[in-house]
Amino acid sequence: MTEALTFSDPRVLRAIQLVWKEAAALDAKDYQSWEAMYTDDGYYVIPIDPETTDFESSLNMVYDDKRMRRLRVERLLQGYSPSALAAARTVRVVSRFTVEHVGDDSVTLLSAQILNAFKRDRFSTIGAELTHKVVLSDDGDKIALKVARLIDSEDAVSASGFLV
Amino acid sequence: MTTTETPAHLQHAGLAGVDRVAAALYTDPAIFAEEMKKIFYRTWVWVAHESEIPQAGSFKTTQVGDQPVIVTRDRKGSFNTLLNRCRHRGATVCDQRSGKANGFTCPYHNWSYTLDGRLRGIPYPDGYEGVVDKADFPLQTLRTESYLGMIWATFDADAEPLEEFLGDAKIWIERFFKQSNGFPTKVVGTHKFRFKGNWKIQLENTTDGYHFPMVHKSWMASVDAETASMMSFMDDPDAVTHALGNGHSVAIMAAAHADLDLDTGDEEIQPRFAHLVDELAAAGEPPQRIRRYMRSMHGCGFNLNLFPNIAMSSSFFRVLIPISVDETEVWHMALGMDGGPENINRERLRIHEHFQGPFGFGSPDDAEGWDRVQIGAGGNPLMPILVNRGESREHISDEGWPTSHVTDETGMRESYRMWKQMMSDD
Repeated sequence: MTEALTFSDPRVLRAIQLVWKEAAALDAKDYQSWEAMYTDDGYYVIPIDPETTDFESSLNMVYDDKRMRRLRVERLLQGYSPSALAAARTVRVVSRFTVEHVGDDSVTLLSAQILNAFKRDRFSTIGAELTHKVVLSDDGDKIALKVARLIDSEDAVSASGFLV
Repeated sequence: MTTTETPAHLQHAGLAGVDRVAAALYTDPAIFAEEMKKIFYRTWVWVAHESEIPQAGSFKTTQVGDQPVIVTRDRKGSFNTLLNRCRHRGATVCDQRSGKANGFTCPYHNWSYTLDGRLRGIPYPDGYEGVVDKADFPLQTLRTESYLGMIWATFDADAEPLEEFLGDAKIWIERFFKQSNGFPTKVVGTHKFRFKGNWKIQLENTTDGYHFPMVHKSWMASVDAETASMMSFMDDPDAVTHALGNGHSVAIMAAAHADLDLDTGDEEIQPRFAHLVDELAAAGEPPQRIRRYMRSMHGCGFNLNLFPNIAMSSSFFRVLIPISVDETEVWHMALGMDGGPENINRERLRIHEHFQGPFGFGSPDDAEGWDRVQIGAGGNPLMPILVNRGESREHISDEGWPTSHVTDETGMRESYRMWKQMMSDD
């Protein structure tokens, strides 16, 4: 399949639409909508090891199944967490998509994300390589796997109070 | 207050009292520079755990104070700490976080060094004939000693032996490693983050039981009732902090786990670990062994704070790297059992991720508090920071350790006592 055909494939466009919708929800800190974008067996991962795909046996920054996503959203919204209350404002751009897999049931997209965060007179930039596996369904497309590989994952990443 | 009559070497030390310190200790760049000289270049600074450099040729890079070093295991199995600075023109000779090598070659003019720092080769050596004898230009080597796999280094060749420096903390280091249940301990991953604040703000935090239910309310709300109960030490008379001397202290949050060899038998295994119990039983592990594993899931029940830069904190190592007077890097190193049950090692990773790291449910809230301390302490730098909580109920334990409740600031007072002593030394 040629690149041009890939990006006119409606299945791919549906997946890209969901990735952008997710980015907008995270910038808006609309965590309840964000949580609903994942499948019940979906994972949200921010690994440390830049190469690994065995997240379960590795230490990650985030390795969230449904239960942990629920707890995370609860924490971010309930008002007890000082860092969530004082979280930076963010804007993120997701682009440079490539299609790793496209089928009638699912699409796997690779992309680049640049996130700019502002807090207490300081801007910080986080760059990341994203992988999204999007499951296509007539009941609504959902994310079955998101892996955000921060380009500085092996060095100091500032504690943030928001999600990438 | 300092005066013009105060001898210069006492000026900074004078800002630290017994139970309060001037906020300038967090904010004054001159004090930070003096701390590098009088503390970090003089005392034992933790640099590695032996599992990070497991084989001959293994190395890691880190800092002693603000100076870059390489920690290596050489062909003889000895640990070396080398200043990461070529003897020719000063470039770093190693630019990787860790790895395995036969030696180190400077990228600038390719001077090369052995794992124990000897200068092995100089390209085009004719220009140095009669000028440089290789034997005279090894990498600067720091004195390096280890205790139970924990490796420290010091720039001071005349420093007291490491074990004397550790003193009564050695008992607690030994107790800490009981969570590995007879297996060698290994570092299985590291979270790194920075906060915009002075290194001593974090040093204090390790034995600060007082902040826990407030700052970590969101974490408490997210764990099972048994784990929350284990960390509900505010009114527990058995939860105490001991000052151990030389700046070291230990805060005991869960006394029942402080010595994992001692099991009264009346503690229930947490229901959240039922799946692990079933898996271990199916694998043929005997019930007593399984019980021991389960009791060690959260680590050792105490935070051991070793002055100036390492804590053995419940189930992980906390490393402090001072970056500048108002910036500090923190490493939280997760630990596992080398050769132990992998399902337990994985569960420990999940427990670590739940609290620690830049996206954990605990660390970001700590960092938020520390950032705010740094900003606030900029207001009137001579107004004292109080570390006097529990002073009136502090007593001497049977072991001879100043002791108070775990929510008291006995550990901080011990750190500042050592700080003051070192900062007044010429």
